[in-house]
Amino acid sequence: MQQRPSLRLTDTSLRDGSHHKRHQFTAEDVRSIVAALDSAGVPVIEVTHGDGLGGSSFNYGFSHTPEQELIKVAVETATQAKIAVLMLPGVGVKDDILVSQDNGASIVRIATHCTEADVSVQHFALARDRGLETVGFLMMAHSQPPEALARQARIMADAGCQCVYVVDSAGALVLEQVSERVEALVAELGSDAQVGFHGHENLGLSVANSVAAARAGAKQIDGSVRGFGAGAGNTPLEAFVGVCDKLGFETGVDFFKIVDAAEDVVRPVMPDECLLDRMALMMGYAGVYSSFLKHAYTQAQRYGVSGAQILVRAGERKLVGGQEDQLIDIALELSREEVR
Amino acid sequence: MKAAIVGSGNIGTDLLYKLLRSQALEPRWMVGIDPASEGLRRAASLGLEVSVDGAEWLLRQDELPDIVFEATSAAVHRANAPRYAEAGVRAVDLTPAAIGPYVVPPVNLGEHQDAPNINLITCGGQATIPMVHAVSRVVPVSYAEIVASVASVSAGPGTRANIDEFTRTTSRGIEAIGGAAKGKAIIVLNPADPPMIMRDTIFCAIPEDVDPDPITDSIARMETDIRSYVPGFRLLREPQYDAGRVAIFVEVAGAGDFLPEYAGNLDIMTAAATKVGEEIARAAAPESAVDRHVTA
Repeated sequence: MQQRPSLRLTDTSLRDGSHHKRHQFTAEDVRSIVAALDSAGVPVIEVTHGDGLGGSSFNYGFSHTPEQELIKVAVETATQAKIAVLMLPGVGVKDDILVSQDNGASIVRIATHCTEADVSVQHFALARDRGLETVGFLMMAHSQPPEALARQARIMADAGCQCVYVVDSAGALVLEQVSERVEALVAELGSDAQVGFHGHENLGLSVANSVAAARAGAKQIDGSVRGFGAGAGNTPLEAFVGVCDKLGFETGVDFFKIVDAAEDVVRPVMPDECLLDRMALMMGYAGVYSSFLKHAYTQAQRYGVSGAQILVRAGERKLVGGQEDQLIDIALELSREEVR
Repeated sequence: MKAAIVGSGNIGTDLLYKLLRSQALEPRWMVGIDPASEGLRRAASLGLEVSVDGAEWLLRQDELPDIVFEATSAAVHRANAPRYAEAGVRAVDLTPAAIGPYVVPPVNLGEHQDAPNINLITCGGQATIPMVHAVSRVVPVSYAEIVASVASVSAGPGTRANIDEFTRTTSRGIEAIGGAAKGKAIIVLNPADPPMIMRDTIFCAIPEDVDPDPITDSIARMETDIRSYVPGFRLLREPQYDAGRVAIFVEVAGAGDFLPEYAGNLDIMTAAATKVGEEIARAAAPESAVDRHVTA
């Protein structure tokens, strides 16, 4: 009998979901979600402030509970799942990686804007030196053509990254655009590193895009149970598990258990559902970083301007992940224009 | 005062043009290690003595500079600093080596004019620490956080390979010079084309019940002080007050000496270095009338 192709899934509801929760996760939230996902067979669970290690700040929002405490709780709770952490060079530092490892995290995922991979070299070197498993995130992957993305993936792989992700931070990629990017990375990396895909639901395509990625050769796929993530949410992991069952991809995750986890455990922790509404659609359409959503709401309310307009202008200004401060400037610009 | 520039890359070359305009400093030497360096070629054509044998060549000459500007890397400056000290040459350090005291000209230059070695922290630090100080000289600042957005093309290989050094050094400067009890620095590289002009946001945690007017006034005065030597520095917006927080938005456009206008992050370093050199020259020669004017 032919062996079914396998995919390794990472749930990021306790990291990308941190944006939707405005970084207010408690130890109990983490304990209950990790326990449910672990028992459903999810192999990797990411737990960090939404903007990565050290993200607790004025710019991104302060954490309710220090992320290292949450990481400890996750490690204590998991029986089979590995706990991953995210870090963005320029926000977090190498020491944050070391503290996470001391607290039991075994995978570090290092994220850069998709043209800036070389800022991650020192962090991959440290992580591999300390025996951590490594993943690289090329964020806002829609903004670069496949060949350019592949060159950046090569920088990460040469620095010690074991799996480079095409990260559709804006939920702006459409089907073939995912396949072409994943294929370019697979061709460039060969056996040097795996390729992964991280999708968002801003154009309603996250599951379909993840299938396209898997068919193009991606070996690792991200999702968030119940879509609990940034923007219109991430790839709903339970739906993707069901789709994989039907298409013959082996995930090792029990569909019925993860569906129950989504409904009974994860949903009650969510402040509300992640919706494909006007604001989220603007992000997918204009190519805007998904975690700007809540900040755009906040500034729209503070300055009495349109949140959708803030996001459109963020796209026009070509803002990248991390520039949440500039949304305040845009809101002020809009309010001044309205006064005129 | 006779000056030498060590390092003939983008920073060293931009600095060359600023020093040539200075009334108090006379750039006489520029040294590097790359024979193909555009900076050395330009320096030679502008009448400086140049060499590709670096600081060693410089210190072997019969006549030595009074002051050297180091625009190499932290590792090179760590090796060179003791040699300058031994030769009695003052050093202004534009690398993150941080051997000498941190200096941000409008805040604490007066305290360190006699130091044999002065460190300029980071570009983001030069642009933001004065604003933290502008707040903390009026009200207590329990925490300050800066977000520096710079054009990707203006972030050189040194910055990229050592991005942690930027965040750590700037954070320390926010505390030590800015006067915040705790500091945090974030840097974001943006590849937009045409390149974005450097922008910085400064968030300070302040007591909830304070009168904002004296703070806003202090911020405006600091803007004027910085503009006296960095003409491209400006407040983008009025300071924004929210519960327990003031947010300050600035832009730093470069003077366009050697580097393009968007590279305000590099311009503010070379402008600060020139300012420091001028003040050192003034302190060393109090008799001579030195023109205060630094950059046009």
